Order: sequence, then structure tokens, then C-alpha cells
Amino acid sequence: MSLWEYANPQKFMRLSGILLPWVWTGAMAALSLGLIWGFFFTPDDFRMGSTVKIIYVHVPAALMAINAWLMMLLASLIWLVRRHHVSALAAKAAAPIGLAMTVIALATGAIWGKPMWGAYWAWDPRLTSFLILFVFYLGYIALWQAIDDKDLAADLTSILCLVGSVFALLSRYAVQFWSQGLHQGATFSVDAEENIADVFWLPAVISMAGFVLLFVALVLVNTRSEVQLRRLVALKRWDRIAEEAA
Amino acid sequence: MKALFWRDMRLALRSGGGFGLGLAFYFMLALLFPFAVGSDPEVLRRVGPGVLWVGALLSTLLTLDRLFALDNEDGALDMLLTAPIPTEGLVLAKASAHWVTNGLPLCLLGPTLGLFFQIPLALSGWLLAALLIGTPALSMIGAFGASLTLSVKRGGLLLMLLVLPLYLPTLIFGAEVVRRASEGAAIGPALALLSGVSLAVWAVMPFVTASVLRASAK
Amino acid sequence: MMPDLGKYAFDVLVAYGLSLGILAVLVVLVVARGRRATRDLALYEQGRKR
Repeated sequence: MSLWEYANPQKFMRLSGILLPWVWTGAMAALSLGLIWGFFFTPDDFRMGSTVKIIYVHVPAALMAINAWLMMLLASLIWLVRRHHVSALAAKAAAPIGLAMTVIALATGAIWGKPMWGAYWAWDPRLTSFLILFVFYLGYIALWQAIDDKDLAADLTSILCLVGSVFALLSRYAVQFWSQGLHQGATFSVDAEENIADVFWLPAVISMAGFVLLFVALVLVNTRSEVQLRRLVALKRWDRIAEEAA
Repeated sequence: MKALFWRDMRLALRSGGGFGLGLAFYFMLALLFPFAVGSDPEVLRRVGPGVLWVGALLSTLLTLDRLFALDNEDGALDMLLTAPIPTEGLVLAKASAHWVTNGLPLCLLGPTLGLFFQIPLALSGWLLAALLIGTPALSMIGAFGASLTLSVKRGGLLLMLLVLPLYLPTLIFGAEVVRRASEGAAIGPALALLSGVSLAVWAVMPFVTASVLRASAK
Repeated sequence: MMPDLGKYAFDVLVAYGLSLGILAVLVVLVVARGRRATRDLALYEQGRKR
């Protein structure tokens, strides 16, 4: 059975309904294990003190912020090429979740940076790139809301996602180019994250797995909502046309 | 295609066509800034090029939403899309007309406004060059944004939200040209990247914008 | 039970609180929307059958 069969809305609803309880359980288990272990049972870093514990929420959130956009990109491509409605709706569904992850990444990144930089914000290339990603998410969601014809909205937002992805990559490079002129040493986040990863590895990985599973669960639930709402709209339109014809 | 270009030019230059809007805004921005940040020439010289770049961006944005929307409202766009010229040609003509009536005047005004910021002449030259290379990208990226929002009522805010992050590379590279020139650092990389972005945008975006227009017309 | 977070206690707690808070709100909103969509669709489909 080809994977494309699940692009059929009914099949998608059935499969996602079966998978969801497992995904939720896995997400809750991994999140609890990773975060509790990381928060209560790991030592402090000699340079950063207890703020090192923030990596257990910051790194997974940042990872998911990017991965959510990549998933949206893939789903948009599938929509443009194969016109599977579930794919377009999945991209729409993932966006608010990706946005939330971006906000968490920005907030925790800023809080983590405060002890190091002395201020809540610094134009660190990583943080700046996430701020740009935040604006991309907003634009994508706003475009979906603004267009009444939802099939057209799917087309336009998919194209926006594609173009946005190219510019996001370009912007990442441009931001690095731009911050070279600021005479800063090695940026904080890159330095710290690479040094920490080895010592506190396992709880961080479990936490990341938790975030991934949570993302999957939320996208599945939200896509199901979109599929149902789309069906509801279609039924209403159908009934209205039938009524007018009578 | 040439006919379309001249038509858009004429429409923009006609009264009510929005020609002066961008220029007036640009002037006002440059005029107001020194009052806000103080008249210390050192400070002005440092922020001047950046302010003039951002001003160019915002001025371009002001005149973008009418790019396709006006023709869409009176049905002219539908006729143009069924005309024998390829849709990509339509996009090229409109973006070019937009640059000539908006971007180009901004480029010429910018270095003059540099006087308000005590920008030395040599630096003004680099600012002019950077604007000349960068503003065409602003018009073409803007055309893409305008095509996405063409059916959205009062889509100006959405257009701004969509287009501003796309402007970032051009802004960064363009401003870096002037900044590095002011420090005596090498401007080659910045200039090359700025040109690269503009060229790539003009090569690829017409096709993307055309597919958006075709999708919207269905 | 609470580890000695030292001078960064406030920062770490706010970071965790914000993150978990945002996640909790997100879960509630998404799940509630799901329930609403299921309910609205089911109600309408029931109404049609009559």
C-alpha cells in the first residue's frame, strides 16, 4: 500500500485516530523524563551555573521551530505537485505550532543570554535568525487567514513557503555577514551549545524526542480539525446550492 | 510588453498615481530623523546610510499595493493575462515601471538627503551605487508580494508583513556596502552579494509571480 | 527537592515556566479546537440526515 493512500482524508482520519493516543503517551513520557531528569538531576555548568538547565527547553524548541517550517515546506511541495488536500491542510495546521516553538526558542534564548550578555536581547546571529523566522511564520498564517477561497489560499501559501524558505536561508547567511562587523567574539549560543552537548547529552536527547512527539501529536490533531472543518464548509455549500436549485 | 511598460509609467505619473508619495515620505523621514537623534554630526554620519536605506525600503512599500490591485479591480488584469504576452512579461513590465517611477527617483534623492546626515561625498557615491543595484530587487520582490495580496481588501498591512522579511538580504548587503566603505574595509563581498541577490531576484521571481497571478485568476 | 539554582534561580524558573506555560496553552487550544470541529461536523451531519 503506497504512502499516498493516506492523502485520502478518510484514510488520514482513521490512521491518525489510531496513532494519536500512542503519540500523546510517548510525548508526555519523553517530556516528563527528559525535563525532570534535566532539571533536578544534572549538575551545573562551571561557567554558566544553573542556567545550563535552560538547554533542555531551549534547544528542543529551537529545533522544532526549524523542523516545523521544513515540514511545512515539504507539505507545500506535495500540495503543489500532487494536489493532496490533506497535505495543504497539514502545512496550515503546523504553522501555529511552529510559531509557538519559535516564541519559546526566542524567549528562552533571551533569558539564557541575560546572565551572559547583561541584557535580555542581543543581536546574536542565532537569535536574530529566529526573530526573522518568527516574522515568516506570522506572514504565512496571516496569508491563510486573508484569502477566502481556501484552495487558492493553499496555492499562495505554498508558494510563499517556498520563496520564504529560500529567503530564510539567504537571510541566515546575510545575518552572519552583518554581525561580522560588530567585532563580537565567538557568539554565545554556538559556543555554549557545543560545549554543553557532550556532558548533559542524554536528558537533552530525551527532551528533544518529547518535543518532536508533542509536535507530531499537535499537528495530527490540528490537521484533523482542518479536515473536519473543510468537510463542514463543503457540506454547507453543497446543501445551499441544492436548496437554491430546488 | 513595451506598451504595458509605458502605460504603467503614464499611470504612475498621472496625478493621483502615487508618484510623489514615496518621494515625499523619503524626504520627511530624512528631515525628521536628525530632530529625533540630535544634531551631533558623528551620530548622524553613523546612522545616516542606514536610515536612508530603511527609508528607501519603506517608500517602496508605500507604492506597492497599487501595483496589481488597481488593474485587478477594474478587470484590466484579467484582460492582460489573456493577452498574447507571457505573464512573466507582464510582471517584468510592471516591476520595471515601478522601479523607474519609484526606485530610481529614490536613488537620486537619497544621496542628496545624505546632506542632512553629513555624509561625506565619497560615501554618498557608494550609497548611490548600492541603492541603484538594490532598489530593483525591492521592486521585483514587492511585485511578488503584491501579487499574493492582490485579492485581499486593504492588503497593505499583510503586504508589508510578507515583503519586509524578504527585503532583509538586500537591506543588509546594501547597508553593509556603505558601512564598510565608511570604515575603509573591503566592500567587494558586500557589493557582490547585493548584486547577486538583485540579479537572482530578477531572473527567478518573474516566474514565481506569474504563477501566483495565474493561480489568482482561475 | 528543588535543586540549588544559585543566583540564576529566577532566570531558570522563568524560562521553564514560560516554556511549559506556552506549551500548555498550545495543547489546550489545539485540543479544544479539535473537539469543537468534531462536534460541529457531527451535529451538522446529524441534521442533514433528518
